[in-house]
Amino acid sequence: MFDEVIVPISSDLDIVAARQNARSMAAKLGFAPIDQTLIATAISELARNIVRYAQHGEILLKVIEAKNSSRGGLMVVARDEGPGILNTQQALEDGYSTSGSLGLGLPGAKRLMDEFEISSAVGKGTTVTVKKWLKSL
Amino acid sequence: MEVPILKQGEVLIATIQAALTDNDLRTFRSALLDHVVRSRSRGIVIDVTALDVLDSFGTRTLSEIALMTRLRGAETIIVGVQPEVAFAMVQLGLTLEGVTTALDLEEGLAYLNRKAKNLRS
Repeated sequence: MFDEVIVPISSDLDIVAARQNARSMAAKLGFAPIDQTLIATAISELARNIVRYAQHGEILLKVIEAKNSSRGGLMVVARDEGPGILNTQQALEDGYSTSGSLGLGLPGAKRLMDEFEISSAVGKGTTVTVKKWLKSL
Repeated sequence: MEVPILKQGEVLIATIQAALTDNDLRTFRSALLDHVVRSRSRGIVIDVTALDVLDSFGTRTLSEIALMTRLRGAETIIVGVQPEVAFAMVQLGLTLEGVTTALDLEEGLAYLNRKAKNLRS
């Protein structure tokens, strides 16, 4: 199994590819079906943001391990070199959208995952990093 | 990936069979609306059992279909939302508000039949 997969994102077909890749990776890692669905849904939102705002970018899926335990997880990095986000705080509010969408993508992805980080610079692009940890038994 | 639309009396049954891209969803929306007009349907059942993800765009498109067909006097019922998908939708903040849902195709059709009977009596 690969610990790292990069899915290039440039059309709505790639959105489906990204979430299918993530689901199969999450399944192999031992995530429960419900978590696989949460991860796939979050990725769908992040990938759509890339297509909608930046036209192209990539999604990196990476197997990770917690620093002070052997707990495994999946990290997803959605990167683009698009227009960037002026106010990331605002972009994380439910219902805020500059494209007429529902405005649930970023705040929703944050709720679906365990960890969420965003960095963005206007004119340079946006990177969203999210993580989901395997529940300890 | 095209979504087959079957006509059964006054009801249209659309069964989504695999993951759909945003474009597939838009095509499906137009095809379904077109079909509703042509066949003067009273009800539409959309079976989403095969969908493993319903994100904001997918949910929004289904809501739009329901609202648009309602203006034509037809009711849309979404059936077969998987439990994991329902969980993820709620976490995401999606509610499918104003859209009727049912457990499966059978219950969706039963609901529409009951409604048609009430209208006639």
